[in-house]
Amino acid sequence: MSQRRVASFKDRRLDPVLAPTTEQEMANAIALAQTPLSIRGGGTRGALVDGDALTTANLSGITLYEPGALTIVAKAGTPVAEIEAALAAENQMLAFEPMDCRTLTGADGEPTIGGVVATNASGPRRVQAGACRDFLLGVRFVDGMGNVIKNGGRVMKNVTGYDLARLMCGARGTLGVLSEVSLKVLPKPEHTATLIYEGIDRIAAIQLFTKAMQSPFDVSGAAWVAGDRPAAYLRLEGFETSVQYRAQALTDILGPAQIEGDRATNTSLWQSVSTAAPLADRDGDVWSVSIKPTDSGQLMGVAAEENTLIDWAGGRLWMLLPKGTDLRAKMNAVDGFATLVKGNGLQQFHPETDPLAKMAAALRQKFDPKGILNPGLMD
Amino acid sequence: MEMPVPSPKVLAKKARVVSRLSQILPRDAVISTPEETRAYECDGLTAYTCPPLCVVLPSTTEEVSEVLKICHAESVPVVPRGSGTSLAGGALPTADSVVLGVAKMNDVLDIDYDNRTIKVQTGRTNLSVTGAVEDDGFFYAPDPSSQLACAIAGNIAMNSGGAHCLKYGVTTNNLLGVKMVLMDGTVVDIGGAHMDAAQYDWLGVICGSEGQLGIVTEATLRILPKPEGARPILIGYDSAEVAGQCVSDIIKAGVLPVAIEYMDRKVIEVVEKHANAGYPQCQALLIVEVEGSPAEIDDQLGVIKQIAHKHHPVELREAKDAGEAARIWLGRKSAFGAMGQINDYMCLDGTVPVSELPYVLKRTGELADQFGLEVGNVFHAGDGNMHPLILFDANKPGDLETCEALGAEILKLCVEVGGCLSGEHGVGIEKRDLMDVQFAPADLEAQMSVKDVFDPAWLLNPAKVFPLDVTASRRVLQRPAA
Repeated sequence: MSQRRVASFKDRRLDPVLAPTTEQEMANAIALAQTPLSIRGGGTRGALVDGDALTTANLSGITLYEPGALTIVAKAGTPVAEIEAALAAENQMLAFEPMDCRTLTGADGEPTIGGVVATNASGPRRVQAGACRDFLLGVRFVDGMGNVIKNGGRVMKNVTGYDLARLMCGARGTLGVLSEVSLKVLPKPEHTATLIYEGIDRIAAIQLFTKAMQSPFDVSGAAWVAGDRPAAYLRLEGFETSVQYRAQALTDILGPAQIEGDRATNTSLWQSVSTAAPLADRDGDVWSVSIKPTDSGQLMGVAAEENTLIDWAGGRLWMLLPKGTDLRAKMNAVDGFATLVKGNGLQQFHPETDPLAKMAAALRQKFDPKGILNPGLMD
Repeated sequence: MEMPVPSPKVLAKKARVVSRLSQILPRDAVISTPEETRAYECDGLTAYTCPPLCVVLPSTTEEVSEVLKICHAESVPVVPRGSGTSLAGGALPTADSVVLGVAKMNDVLDIDYDNRTIKVQTGRTNLSVTGAVEDDGFFYAPDPSSQLACAIAGNIAMNSGGAHCLKYGVTTNNLLGVKMVLMDGTVVDIGGAHMDAAQYDWLGVICGSEGQLGIVTEATLRILPKPEGARPILIGYDSAEVAGQCVSDIIKAGVLPVAIEYMDRKVIEVVEKHANAGYPQCQALLIVEVEGSPAEIDDQLGVIKQIAHKHHPVELREAKDAGEAARIWLGRKSAFGAMGQINDYMCLDGTVPVSELPYVLKRTGELADQFGLEVGNVFHAGDGNMHPLILFDANKPGDLETCEALGAEILKLCVEVGGCLSGEHGVGIEKRDLMDVQFAPADLEAQMSVKDVFDPAWLLNPAKVFPLDVTASRRVLQRPAA
């Protein structure tokens, strides 16, 4: 395992050395580079390694948007905000609800679509619609030798050749630097309502989520938030009559709930869950744990109730832990993995075991033989 | 279709390889007589046949691992096989290969309704995965047409889709974990019942790798609660362009049907003759299906009907009950079989941007005329995944070659308008030599370097996916001992 220190964004100055304006420029820069490159879009996602900064921020712009085909193609450095605005104008959205990490990390950069794909950043709707990787149709990227490579495309179904697009999604630039991504988008729901169950604890919330997700009522968000009145939230989206029908059907199964139907209130509520806002601006490290929902009870003892946030119907636990606590050491036999989203000094990602660790190293050797693309980040 | 010359050294040691395999497997799990191996000489792409060296049918992951260790040590290529329904020749053997079939491994290992997952051995058929959970109100979403026969192993290898993947996604979107055996016999566990990957998305690259990276023996799959109900509507138009516009408008309107299927006049005629589904005679027929409670279905179909009417359909028929719904689907579901009854056909699988559908349909017709063959179109319009069926006569000398040449032109057209060679069937041998139409050398090199990591000797499922000349240098390296 590399001993290269992974610095947080706060340790780094954000004055990029390399800010190519075309894919070819980026390819040339990478081909020439002999020392580590610290790759970023807007540098908001907390994971920056030591090295010469390479930003995709100047590779910006929507290259193609076809609302009737639910397809958008954009250069990697395109601000997420620009994409969301273009989609909103056609009443569409990025269905996987990419997380804006700035709330947690405090970074002041501009989140880019390349950063979203490179980190497979997905929010509450992941539990119903899928993750970023599920909406990724294709990528263009530059490997560690400066080769421009394309994979996938812009169409909805594509099994032509190996799926490197998904391999790049979540690889955080260690196998190649994204230059363009194409994504499937979805219509914005006409109406949103949230069922609120106040005063229930974490374990009861998991049980509630399990029942809700076993119903055919298409819950598109299932989260639990601590506070004076801890509460479980179940989101329903779609045509208004359908949402009303399903809200009724769900309360028939789960018991009466407070129903929030106001658009703005719903937006801010789910944004707060998406950004893990309840754990922001507080002392300590923030971890995200991906886990089998019914196993999550086994981890609840690790953090106090007020330091926990549950998303994905129990499939994702956010935990605020004292600085330097390695959550992975406390997971024991629990299947799943923990990622350090905010904090320093610890390996950010859950280490893989052999043979996967060896294969990952071999893959990096193939795609980045010079060892210059975010080296050490995912070792 | 050219296949590499089989290794004489491997052919010469058949007896030894069979003997070694027989030592670790039960007697009935090794098949090596020419009469018996013939059953494995092809898959769904029946135009190409080649009996393998031998066939093994292991019952456990451990047996798969032992088989691969032997083949690895002997430098014998291995062709993985699910149910052998591939339309792309994905399971076509080479004469010097051992076919490894997973058909005996078909158990359900675990059903977990609380976490909405099922764990199965991968020889299990697609439909029987749903069969294991449907009495409890759940289903497995990907539904390839061959779902009665096709195995999960093959679904994972080809990243199979189906009519309903417009809403539920394809195999890669419903696969949570695998147990996989690498070519050297190493067993790896990837993923599980949790969402997302710890580091690299191994599942993403394994799914759709056509059995060239490893042999998946167990899979954890997402199951979903069954919707309350579903109802199709049938819409007929007098032109492909108008039907295409209608599809686009439906998608844009914010309704997300579970399926939008398309049939052209040729297919309608044949289907009517064989299945008598009561379809109107028109240029383009759409079947649009939505799900939900009866009221929700009414709502969604209301929106769809409004859009459909704007484009002046020649027919618009909503299923009033289950019987009518079944009749609407009957023709679509029997389309491939019906076409097969009147002719030999080759089924293509290119995907195009939805907006390009009308142009591609028109151009396909022109190309068909040029080559003097007939083409029928029946496909998943919602996601642009076309299935042109080229009709030919296998007994007529030269007809297969003309058909393949026309197929190649149609697939090139798909790539030209921004699409791809294969939406859900895979590349196999069928589209192998067209890969450089879609990909530049560096694109293919990147893909092949992934195989280098998983299968450095290039022994798994040889001569598929990549053009032979592109893989030549790797295949020479592959068998230093052979």
